[in-house]
Amino acid sequence: MATTPLHSTFRAPRITHRFVPVWRRNFLVWRKLALPSVLGNLADPMIYLFGLGFGIGMLVPEIGGVSYVSFLAAGMVCSSTMNSASFEVLYSSFSRMHVQRTWDAIMNAPVDLDDIVFAELVWAASKALLSGVAILIVIAVFGLVDSRYVLWLLPLIFLVGLSFGALGLVMTALAPSYDFFMYYFTLFITPMTLISGVFFPAEQLPAAVQVAASLLPLSHAVELARPLLLGKVPSDVVLHLAVLAAYGVGGFWVALGLTRRRLLG
Amino acid sequence: MPAVPHGLALASPLEIRGLRKRYGDNEVVAGIDLRLNAGECFTLLGPNGAGKTTTLRCALGLTRPSGGEIFLAGLPVPERAREARMRVGVVPQQDNLDPDFTCAENLLVYGRYFGLDDATITARIPELLAFAGLESKRDARIQSLSGGMKRRLTLARALVNRPDLLILDEPTTGLDPQARHLIWERLKQLIRNGTTVLLTTHFMDEAERLADRLAILDAGRILTEGSPRDVIAAQIEAQVVEVYGDWNGTARNGTSGAQAWAEAHAGAFARRYEVSGETAFCYLDDAAPLMAHLAEQSGLRYLRRPANLEDVFLKLTGRDLRD
Repeated sequence: MATTPLHSTFRAPRITHRFVPVWRRNFLVWRKLALPSVLGNLADPMIYLFGLGFGIGMLVPEIGGVSYVSFLAAGMVCSSTMNSASFEVLYSSFSRMHVQRTWDAIMNAPVDLDDIVFAELVWAASKALLSGVAILIVIAVFGLVDSRYVLWLLPLIFLVGLSFGALGLVMTALAPSYDFFMYYFTLFITPMTLISGVFFPAEQLPAAVQVAASLLPLSHAVELARPLLLGKVPSDVVLHLAVLAAYGVGGFWVALGLTRRRLLG
Repeated sequence: MPAVPHGLALASPLEIRGLRKRYGDNEVVAGIDLRLNAGECFTLLGPNGAGKTTTLRCALGLTRPSGGEIFLAGLPVPERAREARMRVGVVPQQDNLDPDFTCAENLLVYGRYFGLDDATITARIPELLAFAGLESKRDARIQSLSGGMKRRLTLARALVNRPDLLILDEPTTGLDPQARHLIWERLKQLIRNGTTVLLTTHFMDEAERLADRLAILDAGRILTEGSPRDVIAAQIEAQVVEVYGDWNGTARNGTSGAQAWAEAHAGAFARRYEVSGETAFCYLDDAAPLMAHLAEQSGLRYLRRPANLEDVFLKLTGRDLRD
């Protein structure tokens, strides 16, 4: 369907305030199912945190001067933020785009595709923030949080949600069916989680693997979140934020272009 | 905001000139011109794949034409399509109501896409539900609605912004007769109240009932255009006699039944005839001599009726299947 030239398909996103009612639509759906949704998002990281944290914590008394469960807490905040945003833009956005045809209905109203895809991205980050806050509350209750810088985690979680939301939207734009997303998780998300310092310090991995991890967004999220949770100021803040933002902006740009090609051809 | 140009109020709700849309080598729309008059019901009639839906998608600015000009609500499309859609309501071919919401929530959420505030939309919801005959379903989930109810709710949703132009893509496909009649009644009511309606369908009776004007579309081109009555008068003879069954007359060259009869006699009575399967269709202005002839034949069965839009449609687009 090469009727539209490439530079037109991948032209700059044009975002307006009209993304707000689309965001509100998703929020209204979430509100109806808020409690099971939050509990569902909470269960997985909590099982890991307390299962691994106390299990491995018996064998590994300390990492970098803190208990293993304290070390793991930051990793769990980041990986569950990533998972929450990814699931939303993969399975839920794909349903709205392809199965329920919700986006088609919205495009018949005076809302353009750019605003719809942007609303999906912001919504995924919002939902990641909601589940991230729930996790923070739980780990705070268990005394795993130093309160000095903890509020900085809220904008960080939102940014991590935007980065992974944008990456996931690229997959959604390309997906023929739900099955496609399994590859994304098994070939990208899971290996990245293992090399990005979520469960153990990345320094003990081979140098080449560390380089790979440093090119991916999750390690940068962890590098920021871990000191913040432990009451310390992170180093290389600008670099980490820049990488996360670059994935967010770049991912969104590509995702929007691919989605335009898919739906507006 | 720019000042309203002089005469904009008189602009056609939708004007299309020389519209073309190509996908690779396949030209789906191959030069369409049409101009809707305010307040009329205009119907695009065509077999599957004729280019009806693509024409609508171009008109709404949802896909970029390969050529031609489009003005929707007086605004150039696709450049100002988003603004133009403020004045338009759309009932799509495929149901896309929000399954997570009740009927009322569907209307509320959809109204917000037009920039309407919640108070304005909430005030409109009762009348929209009443129009759709769904007052009692206000808080019902979409999954619990029948096909006809969903269509009516989709129609109500398309009216949430009080559009000047309502576009419906095959609105009654898949509905039972009761549900179809109810949709038609509602559309007539809207047309009477001044809404311009653009409808696509492949149901002749739907077009004949509702359309002030219609265009028959095939292979991306308009084959004929006008009021249903004018199109029938211009394109086809007044009467049709369908002849079928066995025939006991003398057949030529091994044919039998209605086909044998048609080859022997139809040309003498009908201006035009056509054999399709077991039936001979005779098109003529005065059916009386043929009816007298048929009354003398044994074995044949026959049916006389006035010509209708379906006859025109089949004459222009042929009898081949389109699937």
